[in-house]
Amino acid sequence: MARAVSTRRKIGFTIAAWAVGLAIFFPILWTILTSFKTEAEAISSPPSFLFFDWTLENYTTVQERSNYFRHFWNSVVISLGSTVLGLIIAIPAAWSMAFVPGKRTKDVLMWMLSTKMLPPVGVLIPIYLIFRDVGLLDTKTGLVIVLTLINLPIIVWMLYTYFKEIPGEILEAARMDGATLRDEIIHVLTPMAVPGIASTLLLNVILAWNEAFWTLNLTAAKAAPLTAFIASYSSPEGLFYAKLSAASTMAIAPILILGWFSQKQLVRGLTFGAVK
Amino acid sequence: MSIKRNLLVSAAGLAIAASAAHAEEITIATVNNGDMIIMQELSSQWEEETGNTINWVTLEENVLRQRVTTDIATGGGQYDIMTIGSYEAPIWGAQGWLEPVGDIEGYDYDDLIPAVREGLSHEGTLYALPFYAESSFTLYRTDLFEEAGLEMPDQPTYEQIAQFAETLTDRENELYGLCLRGKPGWGENMAFIGTLVNTFGGRWFDENWVPQLDQQPWNDALTYYLDVMEKYGPPGATSNGYNENQALFQTGKCAMWIDATSAAGRVFDPSQSDIAEHVGFTAAPIAETDKGNAWFWAWSLAIPTSSSKTEVAKDFLAWATSEDYVNLVGEEKGWVAVPPGTRVSTYENQNYIDAAPFAETVLNSIKAADPSDPTAEPVPYTGIQYVSIPEFQGIGTMVGQQFSAALAGQKSAEEALQAAQQSTMQEMQAAGYTQ
Repeated sequence: MARAVSTRRKIGFTIAAWAVGLAIFFPILWTILTSFKTEAEAISSPPSFLFFDWTLENYTTVQERSNYFRHFWNSVVISLGSTVLGLIIAIPAAWSMAFVPGKRTKDVLMWMLSTKMLPPVGVLIPIYLIFRDVGLLDTKTGLVIVLTLINLPIIVWMLYTYFKEIPGEILEAARMDGATLRDEIIHVLTPMAVPGIASTLLLNVILAWNEAFWTLNLTAAKAAPLTAFIASYSSPEGLFYAKLSAASTMAIAPILILGWFSQKQLVRGLTFGAVK
Repeated sequence: MSIKRNLLVSAAGLAIAASAAHAEEITIATVNNGDMIIMQELSSQWEEETGNTINWVTLEENVLRQRVTTDIATGGGQYDIMTIGSYEAPIWGAQGWLEPVGDIEGYDYDDLIPAVREGLSHEGTLYALPFYAESSFTLYRTDLFEEAGLEMPDQPTYEQIAQFAETLTDRENELYGLCLRGKPGWGENMAFIGTLVNTFGGRWFDENWVPQLDQQPWNDALTYYLDVMEKYGPPGATSNGYNENQALFQTGKCAMWIDATSAAGRVFDPSQSDIAEHVGFTAAPIAETDKGNAWFWAWSLAIPTSSSKTEVAKDFLAWATSEDYVNLVGEEKGWVAVPPGTRVSTYENQNYIDAAPFAETVLNSIKAADPSDPTAEPVPYTGIQYVSIPEFQGIGTMVGQQFSAALAGQKSAEEALQAAQQSTMQEMQAAGYTQ
């Protein structure tokens, strides 16, 4: 009897999980399907799900009209650059907070998180003026700096959580064996925290890839990443839904594939330390 | 011989070097619509002729507005040319943010439609050159009107429009009598409602900048709008902007649609529209007065004062807004695709008149739209569907949200107007217009 209930519950949970998963994925699926329709089919009512004349015309048009690879390369540089720079700063910071906490460590952590509570537009003008004066407008360097600063609280928090799970005694043992602080972080702590660092890296690449406020506002023609590429196909006057869908699919495809292949690490990283 | 050849080679080299030294790279920020896409495609000809190159930054209209406002207000200098509307041109010109463009040698200013030129000027100085202009008008299904034995007058009234809509609405077959904008925003639902209020005899502000949203004409206009939308409009109208209504009209779900004249070319194109053969056009309806019943908008090209390449930018402006460019589009992309509403010569061109049967209606709508005299009662501002003050973007969007809530049935017309009046009053007091 218990087994029957358990099996029924299992089936119920499985169906519910699939339903939630499909509901979350449906807008992406719809975008991908729309990208293969003509503009007329994209607005047809009732909409056709799978039975329409599939076409690659939108992808051809988008490729002709925009330089996809330049935007793609900018996205790669900006997202990887900001994540790596963030990790270089955050690993020592998280180490000190996890293993040598001070009286105010919790407050510092909360303060770091509080910077995420300010709407970005609130600091747009000051940052824009600074960037203008130091010549960082429309540069990949400028975006790497801004996205590093924006994602730093999340990186520090995630790493702090992982580091707290590592027994301090191991680091103590390393110290007793004569390891310097640098050795301790690089040769002892980092290898043990590789899964946590990997999932932090992945999550931040995704966050930086999808960031659309600063990447749109601080770039023009040269450093614009894929977010600007998508925005260029959105129009309040003129129906370009199919082309917009093609541009969106091209923009999200790399990160979708990355997420698909690294989902195990991502899930593990995100749930690490959640259950004790 | 050898010396001669060397001299020739050197001279050619110097000429190439000189032209390369003068070649500039300019950045143009623009919106994504059919006319601008054509401009991008054809601009390679200007690049070849001049040796200059263009970086295009194409953005969605609201993103572009935020982006260029930030850049221009802070003197960022990222753009050499920007696409702006008739709302921005006089305000930014007055602020000293735009280069005057009324002095380009050889440019045919007299060919510009006077209302368009006026709309892009501040105190007589022209700050942008028009790329295409639009007004608003009524689009309707001639086949449905014929079947129902109805006749659309040249100048319909809103009362007649409601009667037609009642006759033509067939909800069971997903046919809606009247499609109007419902999506909140100063350039969305408020563009239409602004003209509706004008023709119902209302105005945004009196001569002392006191908001007038608590006056009877606003109540009459909003009540009419909510009533016809509820009875004859499509479901979920609060999310319908220009694009959504175009999609509904093109797929045969709207009997009438009051919106931008620039829609004409799109709904008339059989490759885009299911009902291309059955589209009729007539003037925007009127109610109590014929003043301000149709809006005016001109997408234009302007040069920010922060640009260091003013001369090259002016050269591009002159090329892209010229009669020659109109002819180039006609020859390369078809006459129905030429940018409308800016030049008198376009409407004298037989090729265009033959290809675009809506040309005369559009021209008449644009000519009749007078942003300097938009209302029955006197006002301290210019602009038909907008008020040419910097605060209007915020005020218009906030009022649009109130009206959208009323359309969704969340509040009554009176409640929406009361809230809109209160917020507008606060905004105007904070900005120092009133005490």
